Amino acid sequence: MARAATTADAFNAVAEPRRRQILDALAVGERPVNELVGLLGIAQPQVSKHLRVLREVGAVDVRSDGRRRLYRLNGRALKPIHDWVRSYEQTWSERFDQLDAVLEDLKQKEEGDASE
Amino acid sequence: MPVSSQTATVTLPTDEQILITREFDAPSHLVFQAYTTPELVRRWWHANRGRVTVAEIDLRVGGKWRYVSVTEDGFEVAFHGEYREIIPNERLVSTEVYEGAPVGDYPYEGTLNTATFAEEDGRTTLAILVEAPSREIRDAIIESGMEAGMQDALDLLEGVASSLR
Repeated sequence: MARAATTADAFNAVAEPRRRQILDALAVGERPVNELVGLLGIAQPQVSKHLRVLREVGAVDVRSDGRRRLYRLNGRALKPIHDWVRSYEQTWSERFDQLDAVLEDLKQKEEGDASE
Repeated sequence: MPVSSQTATVTLPTDEQILITREFDAPSHLVFQAYTTPELVRRWWHANRGRVTVAEIDLRVGGKWRYVSVTEDGFEVAFHGEYREIIPNERLVSTEVYEGAPVGDYPYEGTLNTATFAEEDGRTTLAILVEAPSREIRDAIIESGMEAGMQDALDLLEGVASSLR
């Protein structure tokens, strides 16, 4: 399974919360590093480190625009992974929304018992 | 009134792990109760994809658990495992084995799942840490989940698809 190694690497790259913030920011359009620094509120070396990881797995591309380097999302490489994380999150979110309803019932029952 | 619905957060903290977290507007003893009581598990485990047909819980160290759910088009999904550590209202450690097709090319012995229930100001953060025996098995679990998830992905993920075009 040659594809598996690449997919797994991309999973690790994308699953880090800061990197997902970067990907969300780049989903809107390409940006230079300093804009990402401003958006995320973390130091440039950290942003650059995350961008390097994302470039290594093909999640992000870069091009030069004069003196600036602009980063953009490579959506096609990412989509299966992003879909999986979202789909897994969706399953758990739906479970937990049902669990909220169960908890409301338990809270009411407890309050009822306490006032008896 | 139910609180506005929040999404679960899924991350991959290390090469062998998957971490699911979510906060609930209830004290930890109620979240633990809803998590470990069969008739209550039946009400939330299905994730709106069908119904839970089996929820067996023998809540003691060495005791077994088994959940089966059936989707509306008749697809059955079953998991089982064994409890390893139980601290009521705080921590629940259990094994989990998916009773489906083999996961990738790897021998599949299941995962070790640690659920922690952390209460603060009457609210509880539930964290479920899923640990696979190796990175290869974790990734195989993810990949098999990805393929299964693709079946209803189109309905669920319209927003994602457009943002990643």
